[in-house]
Amino acid sequence: MTVTLLLPTVLAKLADGQEIEAQGETVGEVIADVATRFPALAPRLRDEAGNPYPFVTFYLNDEDIRFNGGFAARVADGDEVTVVPAIAGG
Amino acid sequence: MTATLTGLPGLDHDEILRYSRHLIIPNVGMEGQRKLKAARVLLIGAGGLGSPLALYLSAAGVGTLGLVDFDVVDATNLQRQVLHGTKDVGRPKLESARDRILDVNPNVNVELHETRLTSANALDIIREYDIVIDGTDNFPTRYLTNDACVLLGKPNVYGSIFRFEGQASVFATADGPCYRCLFREPPPPGLVPSCAEGGVLGVLPGLIGTIQATEGIKLLLGIGETLAGRLLLVDALQMKFRTVKLRKDPECPACGTHEIRELIDYEQFCGIVPGLAADGGNSVPEITPVELAAKVKRHDDFDLIDVREPYELDIARIEGARLIPLATLTDALRTLDSARDIVVHCRSGQRSAKAVRQLQAAGFRKVWNLAGGILRWSDDVDPSVPKY
Repeated sequence: MTVTLLLPTVLAKLADGQEIEAQGETVGEVIADVATRFPALAPRLRDEAGNPYPFVTFYLNDEDIRFNGGFAARVADGDEVTVVPAIAGG
Repeated sequence: MTATLTGLPGLDHDEILRYSRHLIIPNVGMEGQRKLKAARVLLIGAGGLGSPLALYLSAAGVGTLGLVDFDVVDATNLQRQVLHGTKDVGRPKLESARDRILDVNPNVNVELHETRLTSANALDIIREYDIVIDGTDNFPTRYLTNDACVLLGKPNVYGSIFRFEGQASVFATADGPCYRCLFREPPPPGLVPSCAEGGVLGVLPGLIGTIQATEGIKLLLGIGETLAGRLLLVDALQMKFRTVKLRKDPECPACGTHEIRELIDYEQFCGIVPGLAADGGNSVPEITPVELAAKVKRHDDFDLIDVREPYELDIARIEGARLIPLATLTDALRTLDSARDIVVHCRSGQRSAKAVRQLQAAGFRKVWNLAGGILRWSDDVDPSVPKY
């Protein structure tokens, strides 16, 4: 499956843009694909064991993946995965 | 002021004139305006987000505005904190805020809480208000505000910003999710830069703060669909707004399992160890700007490394430094000589402390951090170098 990973601007500089085409059958595989291609981005998306952080939330289209199996959530062609890191500025 | 059968305060003729553009909206009307007048809203933070919040909520006729802040206005605030003016630099933010609010609308009852919100005072302060608006600038206070609001059942209007991006939602409504449902735990200290370290577009808090003010007024009036159950993501660079679903997490320790029955130590929860650098690491060997200047004057043999970003060189620099941005330090290690003395600097000393730690981990033994960075260099050695 080909999906689009949407990054916040703060992480986009670690990849080659804010919208990245990536491959995989699940959100976890999509993230692994992106992590392999952009090693500098990898530690910002998931921990060393490949698990999601509690301070970075992933949305598959507009659903939080944690309510759909987490990284095991299955993706379809054309889906969008949005990365939402915690920010605290005010 | 005569209280009516509904228990809401009345409006005098001046107030009716002042709020006429509200009164003629069917969804607000006299009853809505009187609800606003009866309302008690607590703003946590009188900075970037707090500025538009305080201005619009007071203009809208919110009867009582509480403000929590303990900071003093400084020149770097003025680029976005429109509540404060140039004449206010050096004044406590709350004094400046009170003067401005009363100028906008003298009918507002302003309650000042000139203190840091802590686990010891949060429940007592928040208890006295109907809704809370979170305009703080750090993770510990955000988790503290969230947990206190969940414990007290007070809606918490959330907004957060960084550079060109913002987030907004409404937490802790009767059946709605809370901040911990969105982010169970904070990132480790130092991973996510603050606006002071990473910068923020000046109008961004205006954008997100007015969204929070809108949500606050809707909550008080009981109209429309609030952001409860949704997270609004704003990207000002692309000018894209989108909302995603925010679900109440049954495992959430605050609003799900309710295992959080009292406020905790939020500095510790956020990994901040008292007495250590803000980035949470162990202290590193330091050199003061005065000592560095003496070293330069003596023509000591050493390398000065600047770990800031290239665009920061245009703002200010210390002569003789070699630029190696922190993110590229690992790649540049082989170009450094561990036999030589190395002094590392950045703007404030935080990034360079990280760099010193990286160098130490790579086996460098003679490495020092310039304490206070360029800011203190400007204060103590060379005032011709601008502070930013």
